[in-house]
Amino acid sequence: MEKFKTLTSTCVPMPFQDVDTDQIIPARFLKATTREGFGDNLFCDWRFDENGEPKSDFVLNDPTYQGQVLVAGRNFGCGSSREHAAWAISDYGFRVVVSSFFADIFKNNALNNGLLPVQVSEEFLQQLFDAIGKDPETEVTVNLEEEEISIPSAGVSESFEINAYKKYCLQNGYDDIDFLISKKDEIESFEKERTI
Amino acid sequence: MKQKTLFDKIWDSHVVHDIENGPQALYIDRHFIHEVTSPQAFAGLRSRGIGVFRPEQTVATADHNVPTINQHLPIKDALSRHQVETLTKNCEEFGIELYGLGHPYQGIVHVIGPELGITRPGMTIVCGDSHTSTHGAFGNIAFGIGTSEVEQVLATQCILQKKPKSMKIEVNGPLKNGVLSKDIVLYIISKLTTSGCTGHFVEFCGSTIESLSMEARMTICNMSIEMGARGGMIAPDETTFAYIKGREFAPEGEEWERQLAYWQTLKTDEGAEFDTSYAFDAEDIEPMITYGTNPGMGVGVTRPVPAVNGKEDAMLTKSLAYMGLEGGKNLLGHKIDYVFIGSCTNSRIEDLRMVADLVRGKKKADHVHALIIPGSRQVEAQAREEGLDKILGEAGFELRQPGCSACLGMNEDKVPKGKYCVSTSNRNFEGRQGPGARTMLASPLTAAAAALTGEITDVRTMLN
Ligand code: SF4
Repeated sequence: MEKFKTLTSTCVPMPFQDVDTDQIIPARFLKATTREGFGDNLFCDWRFDENGEPKSDFVLNDPTYQGQVLVAGRNFGCGSSREHAAWAISDYGFRVVVSSFFADIFKNNALNNGLLPVQVSEEFLQQLFDAIGKDPETEVTVNLEEEEISIPSAGVSESFEINAYKKYCLQNGYDDIDFLISKKDEIESFEKERTI
Repeated sequence: MKQKTLFDKIWDSHVVHDIENGPQALYIDRHFIHEVTSPQAFAGLRSRGIGVFRPEQTVATADHNVPTINQHLPIKDALSRHQVETLTKNCEEFGIELYGLGHPYQGIVHVIGPELGITRPGMTIVCGDSHTSTHGAFGNIAFGIGTSEVEQVLATQCILQKKPKSMKIEVNGPLKNGVLSKDIVLYIISKLTTSGCTGHFVEFCGSTIESLSMEARMTICNMSIEMGARGGMIAPDETTFAYIKGREFAPEGEEWERQLAYWQTLKTDEGAEFDTSYAFDAEDIEPMITYGTNPGMGVGVTRPVPAVNGKEDAMLTKSLAYMGLEGGKNLLGHKIDYVFIGSCTNSRIEDLRMVADLVRGKKKADHVHALIIPGSRQVEAQAREEGLDKILGEAGFELRQPGCSACLGMNEDKVPKGKYCVSTSNRNFEGRQGPGARTMLASPLTAAAAALTGEITDVRTMLN
């Protein structure tokens, strides 16, 4: 897993609520048996028309908005547990998703793949959408160590929460399996001692 | 000692390791896998050079991406065939039991676990599928996980999780005629919204819940994830024990007695506290139908779709535009094109019996395609044994072979663009049943009624 420290980038705004994982990556693309290549079909049905032509009104097809930070409305990633959603977002080139609320499974999946979900207040999210709306070149800085996200040009910042263990993993490119494997002895003694 | 909830009791007894300020390592009793979310996990094991830690605690089936006709023939779609074959190879290589296509136990993962007696009270159960919450109907902790987590469980039989908060949802009173557990859960989601239970694990209780069959309880727990919950559970009782007894992998003899004694302790202590509680009255619930593009956008079938008021209704406007519906209008009489009876929410024998009862001696409307996809080979066999296939066939319903089918539209069972489908599945997201498909979620009775009349119908008008 790639290490994450700080990131400064312009943003891609997607001001819809309840973006579900079926939109992020429709089920018909889940037939692959590897993790790579899902970015090509990220938001496929919003991004392309029936003939596979890019829809000009969708933000990913609008060259005005570029960057490694996806900014989305409340309850991002709801619905199916498919980790393919997190793979697709990462594979496309995003490293951070900012929203005022994330669905649980999506959040875990993102963290397990080095994609940082940054949960901010509704006010901050609105400020960010407004800033990007005024100037698409608006940058945000996400500092994992300080647990802080800022919009330097607007002079605003907000802290976000991340579990200490997950933070350690992201900073060191270390994953849960490495950790659990290091606890094999404890797992085996748990199995021996249980009575039910 | 502090009073504990049912959830606490099961969770706490499965914690192997506590990380300070971090998640806990939770021991997993049963792990189900399927073809779509497991290949990358096996690839991960290979690249780490490790095997499956406890292969006998994992069971596999092929369900999400399989055809529902001619299952004895090779799968036509090359990608799908490769995915199913990859599962077979992985199971062989890593020593995992597979109920693949053609096996008498094959079926939707959340249907076969319970019907084989693999799913039992007090367990921790995971699967790379969000509707793993279904199994919670037996009084266990069951939840969906991502593929990296599938790999964790394969590698260590544990998973790192933060303990969710607890929520109690009580439903009391007798259900009205024609109202099924699907209506209960659609009603609750319409009240609490699709993110209303995020971060929580829900225990459903109350006299209405206790009166339900296991099949009906599974429908409710199945859709707890649609409220944003991590999972849902119902305390096990005599109904639960009677359902499990005698099933293929259920414990027997002394072992049955020993486990039963434990299962009987599995209830929330009097006075235990939940982080959040809600209560509903069964008498307020009527048959439900969804009008929008998430499962929280549902109304009683006789009530109007909410009217759009102003700017803050952007989501509603977008949903109604996708659905081709008008705010403020009633859905009764709205013409439909497809009926899909299936999915891990409503494809069990009880669902098929109810549908058959309603349509016996009647005919579906000519313009409607009515598909019934049984949840498993066992459900299919039972339906044939009981002669339901004849009743359904005569009414013009097509009974196919088991799988997820049009619930997620991964195989060829899709609803065409712009067409309306009354579906007993659990998700009405844009494009869920095929690009541009318009899904309206409902109970098997409401779906069957729509198939007969060709339009949204209040099934109560068809019941005596
Ligand atoms: S039937 Fe639908 S919801 Fe259930 S496991 Fe299959 S795809 Fe998922």
